[in-house]
Amino acid sequence: MDYESVIGLEVHVQLKTKSKMFCACQNKYGSPPNTQVCPVCLGLPGTLPVMNEQAVKMTVLTGMMLGCEISPYSKFDRKNYFYPDMPKNYQISQYDMPLCKSGHIDLVKECYPKDAQNQVSAAKRIGITRIHLEEDVAKSFHLETTSSIDFNRAGTPLMEIVSEPDINTPEEAFAYLSTLRQILLYGKVSDADMEKGQMRCDCNISVRPVGQKEFGTKLEIKNMNTISGVRRALAYEIQRQTGCLKKGENLTQETRRWDEAAGQTFGMRSKEMAHDYRYFPEPDLMPVDTAVFMNEVKSWLPELPAAKKQRFMSDYRLTDYNAGVLVADLELANFFEVGAAPGKNPNAVANWVVNDLLRDLSESKLAIAQSPIKPLDIAELVEFCESGKISSRQAKDVFVEMFKTGKMPHRIIEEKGLSQVSDAAALETWCDEAIAANPQSVEAYKSGKTTALNHLKGQVMKLSKGKANPKTVDGILIKKLSA
Amino acid sequence: MSTNNSGKKIDVAYVAQLARLELTGEERVRLAGQLDRILEYVDQLRQLNVDGIEPTAHAIPQVNVFRSDEARPGLPLKEALKNAPQRMNDLFVVPKVVED
Repeated sequence: MDYESVIGLEVHVQLKTKSKMFCACQNKYGSPPNTQVCPVCLGLPGTLPVMNEQAVKMTVLTGMMLGCEISPYSKFDRKNYFYPDMPKNYQISQYDMPLCKSGHIDLVKECYPKDAQNQVSAAKRIGITRIHLEEDVAKSFHLETTSSIDFNRAGTPLMEIVSEPDINTPEEAFAYLSTLRQILLYGKVSDADMEKGQMRCDCNISVRPVGQKEFGTKLEIKNMNTISGVRRALAYEIQRQTGCLKKGENLTQETRRWDEAAGQTFGMRSKEMAHDYRYFPEPDLMPVDTAVFMNEVKSWLPELPAAKKQRFMSDYRLTDYNAGVLVADLELANFFEVGAAPGKNPNAVANWVVNDLLRDLSESKLAIAQSPIKPLDIAELVEFCESGKISSRQAKDVFVEMFKTGKMPHRIIEEKGLSQVSDAAALETWCDEAIAANPQSVEAYKSGKTTALNHLKGQVMKLSKGKANPKTVDGILIKKLSA
Repeated sequence: MSTNNSGKKIDVAYVAQLARLELTGEERVRLAGQLDRILEYVDQLRQLNVDGIEPTAHAIPQVNVFRSDEARPGLPLKEALKNAPQRMNDLFVVPKVVED
């Protein structure tokens, strides 16, 4: 029997505001413990929350970017539970009137893992059930006999983005998360760094025989801190659950923790007692009327990756692939546009960025912002190639030097005395030498094997130490061989 | 509201468990009576006719009470940890929690 999996994701995203959700403490990652706290986020008695306007608007913006309906009227509720990461014993969250509802994310090929992209055929749409806003809880560290708590994170504005169970494979989950992350970065609502806990993902997954209508037993997986970790955890869990079902075992509804080092999930020792959160409206906060600021937030809407890709393809005539790679990273897309602006050959700029620059950056473990090569340097390099001043082989060498030294192309060309030889007399000498030294290739060419020309051309390039203008060489060789 | 078999409106033992309160048998009986009286009092609202009245989260018709997104320093570390029953490395230390 074949089995299929049904996956829904709950993603928590910390908003990039200056201050916390309900108090004015700084919202910043990585400060020494308990140095960004006040009576409100410590949950001391007698304090009152005051809503951060920017956090509400950023959530609405996220909803707009994900095609959601924005609720005209929204409110906050108390979610009651007992846990030391939330000492007032309730988390301020949203229960039945979230800020945003029913949106979607379209999965595009470039957002799938590289090794799975060739299996992607049609674009798939994943529904988003809701987005609500809440306060993050404190961070706990579990020691042998005690737990210890840092309240810096408590009160950070936190969105919860809930997907429909529309995801069927670990690769789709990967694509969903990368696309979502891309959109969050485009909207500048979060840095969405999973390793810093700015974006966290819980997976709900069940497996059922193909054709069965009812969902299988739903299990939750937690504790993945990279997008590839989510993919691996889901792949492991699907295999484990399918294995159990094939053996005729029953699965129990539980929460499992992903252990990245072990590459396995483990059942958590959580209590059997079901949570009973006893939600009720937060009496200390007034409801939100979103109509008042809808137009303002609309004006913040950025050009989203899909639209940018279309524009790159139509305005700059980029290939689908190049455009896709560039828009996957907003900074990279901006880098390209600065470089493409002055020249007539944006596709050449895109090729240098996508093929050469990205490879060298990744080998040196540098981000695009740290690139030793600036966008206008690439524009200049392209210009030298276009004008025939240097050959494409020389350009590769110049690029290597640019990356190593950060120098501009014209300085490197000057220092190395590089230039392409197009002078016919010099070229003819090299061509004659190549023809004389390679009678077999000449014979092959004359008998109709036109590819033999490439071999001869290679010899000429060698003799010229890469300086010969290959286009001119082509012409001279053909002329000489047909004579 | 949960109703238990004895017909009481509140299951005091369950609510106490949710709040991690340890009650004696005598306290449980006393609190059950008191909580029932509170519920009866609130129950009077049911006698009102609310047909055609829109539900609201708040009695005052006011919305969008916001704070602008500006950060201010909070408590000094020493102040923040003052009420911690136990502390270590500037962290609050609590009994080990079972979940995850």
